[in-house]
Amino acid sequence: MTRVETRAESQAEAATAAALERGGGRRHERDEAHTGAQIMCEALIREGVDTIFGIPGGAIMPFYFALPEYAGKLRHVLCRHEQGAGHAAEGYARATGRVGVCVGTSGPGATNLVTPIADAWMDSTPLVAITGQVASTMLGKDAFQETDITGITTPITKHNYLVTRAADLAYVFREAFHLARSGRPGPVLIDVTKDAQQARAVARWDAELRLPGYRTIHEGSRWQIRKAAELLVQAERPLIMAGNGVIQSGAADELRALAEHLGVPVITTLHGLGAFPQDHMLSIGMPGMHGWVHVNRAIQECDVLLNVGGRFDDRVTGKAASFAPRAQVIHVDIDPSEIGKNVPAAVPIVGDARRVLAALLRELASREPWDGAASAWLARIRELQAEHEPRQAYRRRPTTTPLAPHDVYEALDRSLQERGSYRVVTDVGQHQMWAAQLIDWRRPRTHITSGGSGTMGFAIPAALGVALACPDETVWVVVGDGGFQMTNQELTTLVQEGVRNVKVAIINNGYLGMVRQWQELFDGRRYSGTPLSGPDFARLAEAHGIRGLTVEHARDVDAAISFAWSHDAPVVIDFRVEREANVFPMVPAGGSIGEMLVGNGAVVQDGNSNLPGAR
Amino acid sequence: MSHTLVTLMQDRPGVLHRAVSLFRRRGFNIESLAVGHSETPGVSRMTLVVDAEDVEQVVKQLYRLIEVLKVTDVTNQPTVERESVLVKVHAPAANRAPILAVVEAFDARTADVGTATMIIEMTGTPSKVDNFLAVLRPFGIKEMMRGGTIAMTRGVPQQQRQRRRLRSIAAASAYSYTGSNSTPTHDDPPNAQADGVA
Repeated sequence: MTRVETRAESQAEAATAAALERGGGRRHERDEAHTGAQIMCEALIREGVDTIFGIPGGAIMPFYFALPEYAGKLRHVLCRHEQGAGHAAEGYARATGRVGVCVGTSGPGATNLVTPIADAWMDSTPLVAITGQVASTMLGKDAFQETDITGITTPITKHNYLVTRAADLAYVFREAFHLARSGRPGPVLIDVTKDAQQARAVARWDAELRLPGYRTIHEGSRWQIRKAAELLVQAERPLIMAGNGVIQSGAADELRALAEHLGVPVITTLHGLGAFPQDHMLSIGMPGMHGWVHVNRAIQECDVLLNVGGRFDDRVTGKAASFAPRAQVIHVDIDPSEIGKNVPAAVPIVGDARRVLAALLRELASREPWDGAASAWLARIRELQAEHEPRQAYRRRPTTTPLAPHDVYEALDRSLQERGSYRVVTDVGQHQMWAAQLIDWRRPRTHITSGGSGTMGFAIPAALGVALACPDETVWVVVGDGGFQMTNQELTTLVQEGVRNVKVAIINNGYLGMVRQWQELFDGRRYSGTPLSGPDFARLAEAHGIRGLTVEHARDVDAAISFAWSHDAPVVIDFRVEREANVFPMVPAGGSIGEMLVGNGAVVQDGNSNLPGAR
Repeated sequence: MSHTLVTLMQDRPGVLHRAVSLFRRRGFNIESLAVGHSETPGVSRMTLVVDAEDVEQVVKQLYRLIEVLKVTDVTNQPTVERESVLVKVHAPAANRAPILAVVEAFDARTADVGTATMIIEMTGTPSKVDNFLAVLRPFGIKEMMRGGTIAMTRGVPQQQRQRRRLRSIAAASAYSYTGSNSTPTHDDPPNAQADGVA
């Protein structure tokens, strides 16, 4: 928040600083010492940070005073809202695997970062959030813009710090970055009092990190890995489920090698999309609430389920008690607390996905590799797929409407596969699920979305971070009209920063569509609080200095998309789609994934409810 | 069911808040909590009695806090469990003798005698404290403060293991941010997290 204290206050502080300056220490000590703010900048550079996203304010001003000295090494991106800065840092992190950094001042600046911090927590995104804090002498006195942000963020950070001494900064920053990026990545917050930023100290960069209580297990237990290998070999209907952990640990190659070695079909969760190429013959798609019928059916029929780096989110499992009733579950996760939390694991393996998969491959090396022919099991899944007609039916345009959302995805997917060099950032809601279903995901880190937290407003600012991290790629934002109206102020940030590679596709149906869909299906079309108006988005974009287009007919979709690709600047396309299109198939909340709605009123059941041997 | 967990953690700012906040948000019910210094400087010891279906999840969540060094579920181990209590009981002259008899029977101590009240201190197993309070209640309890259960496992082998473990923690936890340059020499701590699931 750009709010500055009263003039008298800042004058008093300046006078104090000047007095300190005159009286401060012997000369040689002064030369070595840096201000806390300088140490913060230096620490960021040492951690390999080149871009930070933030907004200045009173309590973080000393840091901003120091920033210009490091202008060549640290790029500061001024966002329009701290939430935008936080999501941009998340986008940067998710696109690169590096730690994203966002900065805000105390009080409202810090609380505005809470949403992206919570988002990063749920999606295990490496993030360091830096906040200014009132001077240590004012702490606890309800000072202007004082908020207990370490207290507020305790449940949603991996760790957080309140730093009151400049001498502590170098160590704290190193520890914070280490925590954010190691093990199961996550957000770490560093709250630095204004006086700690102003005071001088000699930074010590060589102190060893002392974290005796922080243990990360990378190598899985050999005994468990052997057990897992045996199970996989004996399985008749094995299935691999790849989650976020595969992408985070860079295990896509190992995953593919294992799947191909054994000929095991692979499903990818929302955050696992891209971990396994969907044009591969072993790829069968996404499971869960909006997964394909044949994928969920495969889960219900499989006898061994190897979950790598997924946490069995309720959106994946549906009713956990009836999830994968015939399967022995092998669960690989770097966080021991995820194993056995939602779904019992027959073989628990705590470890890094890449190393565990590599170890599994070594364990199975002596086995004759898969011959490339479709097994009876894969044939069974394909049969289910044909029966329940997945993608094409959902893509088929209802003839009653001039523009169905599926027309947009069909054209967008085609253009993405043709052009190749892309990232896609989606927001939260119907458009997100359609993107997950209807785009062919082929490479890790090309699909970036808010999953666990389901944060509407994520996409536009996250795309800013992705675009800066990947300047040579085209970043497509797919966003609903609801989410777009939450954070579109960051379009101006794109313009100010000269970002050219962001293209926004608004799937505009004039509703908070996912809630509307639930209201239609489960609340008897009681559309409470969901009809949504909006400005003319194309003209809004033009007001930001960005090309805006409006598309109302299917015949215009291709032209708009190819214009966006070729236009060397951001483009916003307002796709005014069929207003009451639904995302199908769908598992009603709390239901079993064996029973899905495949259309309005149409249900498929797997008849599993009275399974012998079901858990 | 109730589980008694003994937790060792680094004495860093906010650590108790983190632990308690974790219990609240994960919906684990704390029946008793006692925290204090351990024999190792910089290491606090917390005895927790929690009511949880899935105590393994409680332990794993505690381990996610970076200050937490060791969590032991001592529920089914031979332990010494103690709780202290201070009770101010209504004690007009006529009642003093029977109250003192109760005090003697429970190995309690009289901490203060006033004109109409007595303060009694008592230490024992939590169930003995329950009994003691039940016996005193008819006299009229004016004030009462239970100190929370503390627990320690019995026996030599256990202690030796613990001491080895603590030596390694002590080396690593003379904690300050800027600290000394001396290299803490702790062996790679035992695979405590994996133990929970392996």
